[in-house]
Amino acid sequence: MLEQQLINALTLGSVYALFALGFTLVFGVLEVINLSHGAVFMVGAYAAITAVTRFHAPLGVAILAALVVSGLLGLTIDALILRRLRARKAPHLIPMIATLGVTTMVTSAAQGLFGVEVQRFPEAMLPTGEFVFGEVHLRTLELGIVAVAFLLMALLFGVMRYTRQGRALRAIAESPKAAALLGINVEGLFMLTSFTAAALGGVAGVLIGLNFNAVTPMMGAPILHKGIAVVILGGMGDIRGALFGGLFLGCAEVLSKAYLSSQMGDAVAFGLLFLILLVRPAGLFGRVLERKA
Amino acid sequence: MAAFADFWATYSTLVYSVGIHALLALSLWLTLSCGLLSLANAAFMGIGAYTAALLTLNLHWPFPAALLGGAVAPAVVALIIGAPTLRLSGVYLAMATLAFGEVTRILILNLQITGGPEGLNGIPLLTTGWHIVVILAVAGYGLARIRRSRLGRAFEAIREDEVAARLMGINVESHKLAAFTLGAVLAGVAGALNAHFTFFISPREYGFENAVDILTMTILGGTTSLIGPVLGATILTLLPELMRFLHAYRLAVNGLILVVVVLFLPTGLWDARRFRQLLKNRRARKGGQP
Repeated sequence: MLEQQLINALTLGSVYALFALGFTLVFGVLEVINLSHGAVFMVGAYAAITAVTRFHAPLGVAILAALVVSGLLGLTIDALILRRLRARKAPHLIPMIATLGVTTMVTSAAQGLFGVEVQRFPEAMLPTGEFVFGEVHLRTLELGIVAVAFLLMALLFGVMRYTRQGRALRAIAESPKAAALLGINVEGLFMLTSFTAAALGGVAGVLIGLNFNAVTPMMGAPILHKGIAVVILGGMGDIRGALFGGLFLGCAEVLSKAYLSSQMGDAVAFGLLFLILLVRPAGLFGRVLERKA
Repeated sequence: MAAFADFWATYSTLVYSVGIHALLALSLWLTLSCGLLSLANAAFMGIGAYTAALLTLNLHWPFPAALLGGAVAPAVVALIIGAPTLRLSGVYLAMATLAFGEVTRILILNLQITGGPEGLNGIPLLTTGWHIVVILAVAGYGLARIRRSRLGRAFEAIREDEVAARLMGINVESHKLAAFTLGAVLAGVAGALNAHFTFFISPREYGFENAVDILTMTILGGTTSLIGPVLGATILTLLPELMRFLHAYRLAVNGLILVVVVLFLPTGLWDARRFRQLLKNRRARKGGQP
């Protein structure tokens, strides 16, 4: 049954990676720990479920709706809050607290609008196909989740590596000041980053919602903690690190749940994270950052 | 007097909560005064609460001894995890303490002795208003003294510039550990007091949300003085009661306040320097008129 567990781990891990990618992108470019990323994730899931139940949209359109709605939310947060804090050159702690406030606001608003009970995608909408290889069952749904997650991640890698915007973003990650002197539109790219990161987070929300077929206002908090764990595992601001960290955490969680105990899965993940922070503060793949005095 | 008795019967729990939250906000103030952003104080509160509750429930220790236990246990944990953790700085420290908080919560959730997800029930109601008032007063006085002492000045120097503080001969590591541990003690005592008037504790009360709540109170009130955290704790404890008419949207107000304060009042509500400046301006204006 190890193969079956590994499929579960890959599904979960690819969504963790997608979520963590947005989180790490914002940290790398904006140097902000964006604690509202979990709330954005939840909004994405609700956007998709609303599109499906209220407007009878097909699943693909619902994912697109989640992408746009959560991306716009990320853009709004950037324009209303993060931009002002950037202008003030606020220390690291401050945007963290502000985005926490956003999380509380958005979660509470979702509770008011949608209620606290679990919402589900109609069963008829979900792909039901299944491939069977001996003992192993591979559901089309899981296949689709992994495909969407990897497609979006490949897209982001491509953009970062081969396009002008990607090069500009990497320049900003090195030094925003130098990038501005080179004639790069830093503010514009900051906003683009906020949009992209939030959009990826929102799609991750739909994928998790589909995987467990459950969407609640509180679903943002656990994934946020896991996203933080992934980003620390892979190194803050490191895009490849987020991918490996996500897959690694997915495996660690699924396997410890399968072979240890169902509750201890999270404890293993966070215990591991705690240990890694102590041994390698910059993450498994991260470079050691110069400490700014 | 009758009116007061009525009021007390209805709102005494609320008043107790204000005191406990003020103690928690002060515990984080102490850690922040050394420049450490710790999200572990909710976990320390939990460790204190469970230790004290288990001491009175199972071993029938007298209340003062249980309180002491609730202070010592988190201190020991803080000393053990502090030495390696406090090498991290800034956001990395915040993440590590968050991870520690989650591990603690999950352990409490899964251990036999802590009652698992059901928590501990039937904790004797030993906390009285006097306990809270006296402990809060002692803590406030102690912190005010520490602030003006060699120790407090060293904390401030480390917060402002670690490298400069080290060059001045301050032992940065041991001072950080001291701030972290003293904060854990205060949080533990708050937890022990809280456990003995709510009758019931469960792992849910010591998670990430609670760490954030403590942070919110402290930042809202302002960290430039001791009055700030107490003010922040009072406002955020009373506010949900006043906002009952908003039902599900109640917590949204907390979030909104946090964002607005961070954006427009970076030093929090209570900032002695700002008050002095306002007073001076007014005087200058009055003096300037013929």
